[in-house]
Amino acid sequence: MSTKKVLLSANEAVARGAAQAGCIVASAYPGTPSTEILENIAKFKDTVKCEWAVNEKVAMETAIGASMAGARSLTAMKHVGLNVAMDPLMTFTYVGATGGMVVVTADDPGMHSSQNEQDNRNIAKFARAPMFEPSDSQEAYDMVQAAFETSEKYRVPCFLRLTTRTSHSSSLVDLGEFHPAPHPVIPYVKDITHTIPVPAFARGQRLAAQKREQEMARAASHSKFNRIEPGKKQVGIITSGVAYQYVKEVFPEFTILKLGWTNPFPAELVKKFAKTVRHVLVVEELDPFIESQVRALGIKVQSHKTELNMLELNPDRLQNLRHELLKDVPKAKPTKPDPSLPTRPPVLCAGCGHRGVFYVLHKLGATVTGDIGCYTLGAFPPLNAMDSTICMGASIGNAAGMRKAGLKGRICAVLGDSTFFHSGLTGILSAHYNGTPVTTVVLDNRITAMTGHQDNPGTGKTLAGDPAPVTEIAAVAKAMGYKKVATVSADDLGELEKVLKDALDGDEGAVIIAYAPCRIAAKLTKEGLCAVDEKKCKACGACFKMGCPAMTRGKEAAPGRFQMKIDPSLCAGCKQCQQVCKFGAITRVR
Amino acid sequence: MKTVNVSLVGVGGQGILLTANLLADAAALSGLDVKKSEIHGMAQRGGSVISSVRFGDEVHSPIIPEGQSDVLVAFDRLEGLRWQGFLAKGGKVLMNNVDLVPVTVSSGLQQPVTDFEARLAKAFPDVILVDAAKIADEVGNARTMNMVIAGALSALVPFEESKWIEAMERMLTGPKAKLLPVNKEAFARGRKVVLG
Repeated sequence: MSTKKVLLSANEAVARGAAQAGCIVASAYPGTPSTEILENIAKFKDTVKCEWAVNEKVAMETAIGASMAGARSLTAMKHVGLNVAMDPLMTFTYVGATGGMVVVTADDPGMHSSQNEQDNRNIAKFARAPMFEPSDSQEAYDMVQAAFETSEKYRVPCFLRLTTRTSHSSSLVDLGEFHPAPHPVIPYVKDITHTIPVPAFARGQRLAAQKREQEMARAASHSKFNRIEPGKKQVGIITSGVAYQYVKEVFPEFTILKLGWTNPFPAELVKKFAKTVRHVLVVEELDPFIESQVRALGIKVQSHKTELNMLELNPDRLQNLRHELLKDVPKAKPTKPDPSLPTRPPVLCAGCGHRGVFYVLHKLGATVTGDIGCYTLGAFPPLNAMDSTICMGASIGNAAGMRKAGLKGRICAVLGDSTFFHSGLTGILSAHYNGTPVTTVVLDNRITAMTGHQDNPGTGKTLAGDPAPVTEIAAVAKAMGYKKVATVSADDLGELEKVLKDALDGDEGAVIIAYAPCRIAAKLTKEGLCAVDEKKCKACGACFKMGCPAMTRGKEAAPGRFQMKIDPSLCAGCKQCQQVCKFGAITRVR
Repeated sequence: MKTVNVSLVGVGGQGILLTANLLADAAALSGLDVKKSEIHGMAQRGGSVISSVRFGDEVHSPIIPEGQSDVLVAFDRLEGLRWQGFLAKGGKVLMNNVDLVPVTVSSGLQQPVTDFEARLAKAFPDVILVDAAKIADEVGNARTMNMVIAGALSALVPFEESKWIEAMERMLTGPKAKLLPVNKEAFARGRKVVLG
């Protein structure tokens, strides 16, 4: 093995591959598991202009603009991010790329960090765009470069499909002669027959897309990324992505058709392969994307009872498949941890400003439409203060719909600052325009926290680390015409309750900014320290309803009733708990 | 070399991912094929964290098959108990002598394990226990706890100590280079726990 190889995650490898391919513009919105791609591209900011767009649609449109102007461009997003960016994508595949354009979709089989599990290979097919599926970091590095070439050759944006396991696994990569430098820009020529798809032009482009799809399918059959690995011919296994690695682990002796370029489907190669083996077995993660296309060719595919088409694959699930089909291995042992052990779920951090807002909303008995961020944790005990979470920005439209449907009582939309910039602007505007009295609370912690602290239009900094103008959410709401706009410290429970009660019980729309910087991002985790006075604590348990990880059970004052004790190593000194104690037992000691 | 599997488990914020990086780098510097895998969705918020490192002549799956970890490194005793199923027959267990009480227990939502010691003794009869936090305090930097564990782990995997040091030197560069001496000391103290 060459010592020149470096250990990289697929996300890191994609960033290096893009820089090496001469990518000039990269735009994305953070989303697990894709976030590190742009963070790593930012290391090459001398050659790649990189940015956090406010959402995936703008990111896609920016990459499209760069491609139309002749530059190589890249956009990256998690699987659900692509839903947001579908509109520009579906038309740009008609218009066609000039500079090579790569769309990285990072899917999340098993939903480690997502609200659904969608197989975006279907979207590549839907969009008639070519797609590569790497199985490790080396392939991610090689394929992203091939994707730029392919995009330019066929004049169409090219997909690179990662999954959580490839994005967040590291393996050795030979970077070759690594010299990141901008790829020459193709001179811009105005040609509206290509770039304005009015019906008269679009119909021609529709036909061209069809022809191009057929050409690419032929090319895929001869691609170096689609290869046959010889072995026993009793079973021939067709596989792609990280599933290939599990096949190598569990079915090492059999012939494999390893697909890396999976859309348009390399039918010619698959037909050839099927003729050389006795049984064809397809092993792929999530939907039967390959399998249904193999069957459509009239090829008999080995059926089985082992469920493989949902949740993340792993070697154990393939071992169960082998057990069923070949009966030469035992069933894999179940992987479940001992259910009698106490769980350790993620919790809002000690001193998190979201906690007080949910505490108050729970107290006010509000129906809370939630959103995507750390604050989704407010739904769980002991806060129990969220009713729904659908997608980025949905909280506001959901609250408006509930109000219009006649749902009684207090209804509150809650979302974070980055989510507000992403998809909340249109929501509050629509509610205001239609006169729907929605109260929107923006949990303004001045960072995109859950994905690992990325900057946004409220932070005053760009991805490249340069200073940026700060957009104030209160000013935006006022400019839209909202009269009831207030900014409250999220750590001040009394004021929060007063302002929220007033907004929720009023008959006009309101935008409340609950401000408290994320203590981890702002390095404020040791700002102060609170302690409990044992003489004053009546063990009433009111503070435990806040669910702060710094609170632990102290002395048992009466059977089953415990005093509260603060863990000084975790307390951030936010003083929220002090405000819920009726007996003045909690004081700030530092 | 047959593939060696190391699982590292613990709580977000304990330096597990950094330790896994060091192990993977040291294996790569030893000329081995390596795969490292981790799931760190919301781990920063005090959740359970798992990282896997596999190395050998050729490694395919980044995920370690169930019950095939040659070494289980538990940064917290409850997490070690939780993921005991990872361990292969005859595998080694390295355990940080630390109990981080989960918020589910400290807040009274769930009950603590009453027969904790007995369960540990049953699950891991041959455990190597390391007082990593105490040792880290002794060397003068509580944040080197994970380096103490890395040092202990280095005595359980088949490559040279010098590769670990080289990996550490590659990791701590620039302004972090001044932390090298204390980290090296923490590493050496951890290694001594196993080798004596």
